[in-house]
Amino acid sequence: MLQRLRESKSAQGTLLALPTTVWLFVLLIIPLILTAVVSFGRRSPDGNVIYTFTFENYTRLFGYSTNCANGQPSCFDPLYVNILGRSLSLAFNTTVLVISLAYPLAYFIARAHPKQRNMYLFMVLIPLWTNFVIRVYAWMMLLRKEGAINIIIGWIAHFLHIPFTPFEMLYTPGAVLVGMVYEFLPFMILPIYTSLEKIDLSLYEAAADLGANAVKTFLRVTLPLSMPGVVAGTILVFIPVMGTFIVSDILGGRQVILVGNLIQRQFLDARDPTFGSAASLILMVLTLIVTYFYTRKFGFGEEIVVA
Amino acid sequence: MTSEFAVEMRDVVKKFITPEGNEMAAVDHVTMQIKNGEFFSMLGSSGCGKTTSLRMVAGFEWPTEGEVYIEGKAMGHTPPFQRKVNTVFQNYALFQHLTVYQNLAFGLEMEGAKEDEIKKRVGRALEMVQLTGMDRRKPKQLSGGQQQRVALARALVKTPDVLLLDEPLGALDLKLRKEMQLELKALQQQLGITFIYVTHDQEEALTMSDRIAVMSKGKIQQLGTPVEIYERPNNKFVADFIGESNFLEGKIKSISQNEASVFVPSINAEVVGLPISKGLVKGEEVIVSIRPEKIHIAEKDSINQNMFRATVTNTVYIGVDTKVFVDVHGAKLKVWEQNRISRLDPKSFYSVGQEVWLMLLPENTIVLRKD
Repeated sequence: MLQRLRESKSAQGTLLALPTTVWLFVLLIIPLILTAVVSFGRRSPDGNVIYTFTFENYTRLFGYSTNCANGQPSCFDPLYVNILGRSLSLAFNTTVLVISLAYPLAYFIARAHPKQRNMYLFMVLIPLWTNFVIRVYAWMMLLRKEGAINIIIGWIAHFLHIPFTPFEMLYTPGAVLVGMVYEFLPFMILPIYTSLEKIDLSLYEAAADLGANAVKTFLRVTLPLSMPGVVAGTILVFIPVMGTFIVSDILGGRQVILVGNLIQRQFLDARDPTFGSAASLILMVLTLIVTYFYTRKFGFGEEIVVA
Repeated sequence: MTSEFAVEMRDVVKKFITPEGNEMAAVDHVTMQIKNGEFFSMLGSSGCGKTTSLRMVAGFEWPTEGEVYIEGKAMGHTPPFQRKVNTVFQNYALFQHLTVYQNLAFGLEMEGAKEDEIKKRVGRALEMVQLTGMDRRKPKQLSGGQQQRVALARALVKTPDVLLLDEPLGALDLKLRKEMQLELKALQQQLGITFIYVTHDQEEALTMSDRIAVMSKGKIQQLGTPVEIYERPNNKFVADFIGESNFLEGKIKSISQNEASVFVPSINAEVVGLPISKGLVKGEEVIVSIRPEKIHIAEKDSINQNMFRATVTNTVYIGVDTKVFVDVHGAKLKVWEQNRISRLDPKSFYSVGQEVWLMLLPENTIVLRKD
């Protein structure tokens, strides 16, 4: 046995891949199959799963409803489609905002003096030392009617003798967007920083030497060379934003419902794991489709992942 | 070309702040004039100020004091993209995200050249460096030598007045480097543009240059043709840095207008009839310098002048030469003998302990001021 292992390269490969394969099976493949099986089931009145094969959960997700007004047998209910659309557009807006905030910051850090660079990176990472939920709650303190932002604006207004009624910021889609952008900013800054930092300084000199001014150097050299960082960051931000429910739960106050909230509530509140599973799979498929088209156009940012 | 000089540096000083916070002059009052169409090299070991000087011509650094002139025009704080010079970088600095063609076109697009003109000029440049057909490749798909040629073509396609080359062959292996040296020289002669070449490789500088500035500690130690620098070094640093030399400390015993006799205590003898440079006086402490390959070994005392009895202490065969180490009354000297004869017979070598005569020809022997 040992003799064979020593001689056979393929046997060695199998053995080395074994832990990962087991891991993937137990923690990814099997739960995924279970979710798929459950999603085709039906909820029993007492909240258990009746294993059968029906598309009811999926048709319901895409708007088929039998609970209609004026006595029709079936009609289109856009509730869940709207939730999916809202999630997509929020993820898209968050990603775009995060890129536009993270890029200048990453650029600034990458071009800073090496001694200061580490300090700036440290400052970017410090919030991650605190729990995600606590950081979202902190935004609640900032955004609410009696929160820090309203207090400060109130002072300024008072000082300028302008009448001021505090803004209703909490429990709005805007608050959710702000929270998402804040939560995922570091995941965009770091890959962009890495790709910018990797650009050889002599390339900037070469561009200048060949007649490019600062703007042209940025557009023709810096930006294309840092795209892998933007791509990697986009994947790191877009996918989790699609699925997260904590930010919308806390800052949206049940006013802003995303797919993540829908799934969570189906499992915990509505006690309908079959519909929750269907929503989970649809979320996964939706995310995969977007990521697939995105990566086909821009790549995976693998240069940055490998480095 | 309006000026006699392609590039001129007048009393240029460049100071940097070291990480310890001290001020250090990387370039220390350098003045040089580089003629149009000249192949000019700056030669020195790392930290001698050669690259900093080049970067000030390119515009990547600005002088702390003094002024750089290109084609007679003071450059001041002119940024690199407004100077009619182009650089071949040490690490090539090719744009990895662009193809070979796009790398070459980059500089022309910045000039606002039309597409068909770009196509024509890029094609010609690629032909010049023998890379025709490689235009669609990315730099990573090329060998080191090919990348080097792309870097060269990218700079030349801009038809600069002056081409700056910062150790462009440093990363290539020896054989390729020697080929490229000759190619670069041929290219420079064919194009007739001024090359300023920075290198730490003395053989490279001697092979290619019309003139060389030997630099050390931010200063020019000697500026001259390869022959002048090798045959008539100005000072001990140059004599030591370029090639190898034997140094004997002595004192001028007698001096005439163009000749001197130097008494060398370590060999307890006088070296006579040596050609001298200006300003030496009788009684001055000097260094007598002679190249190892310019010492003759004779077996008999055939003539009497400048012949010294020596004992062979070691011989080393290195193919082209045999290095013979000798001892003259305690002074250690090295002598390179070219292997013109077959060395297959062990008896063709001097044996250790053998007594020989060394002959120093006055015209090969240099008197240097002690500093």
